[in-house]
Amino acid sequence: MKKQVFAIAAAAAVIATAAVAQDYSANLKARQGQFRIMALNVGILGGMAQGKIAYDAEAAQRAADTLVAVSHIDPGPLWPEGSDNMSIDGTRAMPSIWDDHDDFLTKWGGFGTAAAGMQQVAATGQEALGPAMGKLGGACKACHDTHRAPE
Amino acid sequence: MRAFRWLILAAVLAAAAGWWITRARPLPADALASLAGEAARGETVFLAAGCASCHAAPKATEGAEGAEDKPILSGGQQFASDFGTFVAPNISPDPVHGIGGWTVAQFATALKRGVSPEGRHYYPAFPYTAYVRMRDQDIADLWAFWQTLPASDAPSQPHEVGFPFSIRRAVGVWKLLYLRDDWVMGGDADPQLERGRYLVEALAHCGECHTPRGPLGGLDTARWLAGAPNPSGKGTIPSLTPDRLTWDAGEIAYYLETGFTPDYDSAGGHMAAVVGNFGKLTSADRAAVAAYVKALPRPAE
Repeated sequence: MKKQVFAIAAAAAVIATAAVAQDYSANLKARQGQFRIMALNVGILGGMAQGKIAYDAEAAQRAADTLVAVSHIDPGPLWPEGSDNMSIDGTRAMPSIWDDHDDFLTKWGGFGTAAAGMQQVAATGQEALGPAMGKLGGACKACHDTHRAPE
Repeated sequence: MRAFRWLILAAVLAAAAGWWITRARPLPADALASLAGEAARGETVFLAAGCASCHAAPKATEGAEGAEDKPILSGGQQFASDFGTFVAPNISPDPVHGIGGWTVAQFATALKRGVSPEGRHYYPAFPYTAYVRMRDQDIADLWAFWQTLPASDAPSQPHEVGFPFSIRRAVGVWKLLYLRDDWVMGGDADPQLERGRYLVEALAHCGECHTPRGPLGGLDTARWLAGAPNPSGKGTIPSLTPDRLTWDAGEIAYYLETGFTPDYDSAGGHMAAVVGNFGKLTSADRAAVAAYVKALPRPAE
């Protein structure tokens, strides 16, 4: 009798866990897509900064404007609690994002600051891109240093 | 009965020999005494060797705004491993809680022999297996730079290492197996490749994470920089060998400067701290590391 009660309780626990586990695939797609948009546009600016693609003031400005636009996306819906790499597969987002959320938001704000800096200088000439790229790289690293796990 | 006595004598001799060969081997007290250190050059050594990446307080992120301030090496970062959790000690110039009371010979002994001023073996979480290749002049310069850093009176935390790894003497055996001062990439090298080799193998200790380890925690040099499991968590540290890494030298140098990969992903984890340091070095040094990486052989199967 005792065994049966235990078995039922265990089964109930398993079902409860399954019910709690949520599907975060939409959130993951959205935030990973956001980073792809960032990488594409940083890539245009970086290519010009390194002289790998010809400098084009208009294209540089559009890329910088896009980065600023991305920086205005509300991070809330993209980063629901429980969508960290210890809880689910398919992400490198570390639990520290939620454990130290203020730090995460500060660093996301750091990207916005760097993007705004790029927006100001992107159309002013090829030589202005290098230092602004350095700031962008610093902003990316600052967050990835603490909040993203290796592949 | 007589045989038994001989057996005991042999056992005592073996124990004595074991004690002798696992002893700490400090450098002579007058080591480096003839060298004058220069702090400005020492800062380059400091950045390339990544001292602050592990010994700065856990919250002090490099590469962030305001990181121009000199780092406070108060320690406290934790490094989980198969052997226990190591906690970086306070190595700021504080005379009591840091290493401000050391001589330059004691500093060099720590770096090149992995031995404390009290004659204890350090655990190889401290990468003296790389620093053993450091030039004496670089150590003198680094020590001069050290004197310009701020002191911290935060006490060092003990390592969380269980038996049998808590026996420090055992590290003496480990050193016999793994502490080597010759180059992993042997043979002739032009000046750029030589500089790259020095940066990669001696100062930046890239192999500590990028090279897989054997069961005792020694680096598997047959698979030098061929990638390894992340020593402190999930994921893997990528391979730098030509069978896996397809970036050209310019892309490697740009990555070390800005943290951007060729497809504009960005460095993360501990590598972000490395890039934070390497971005402050000269472009010649970054190019030298790139030249070294491009010269790596394919790893053994």
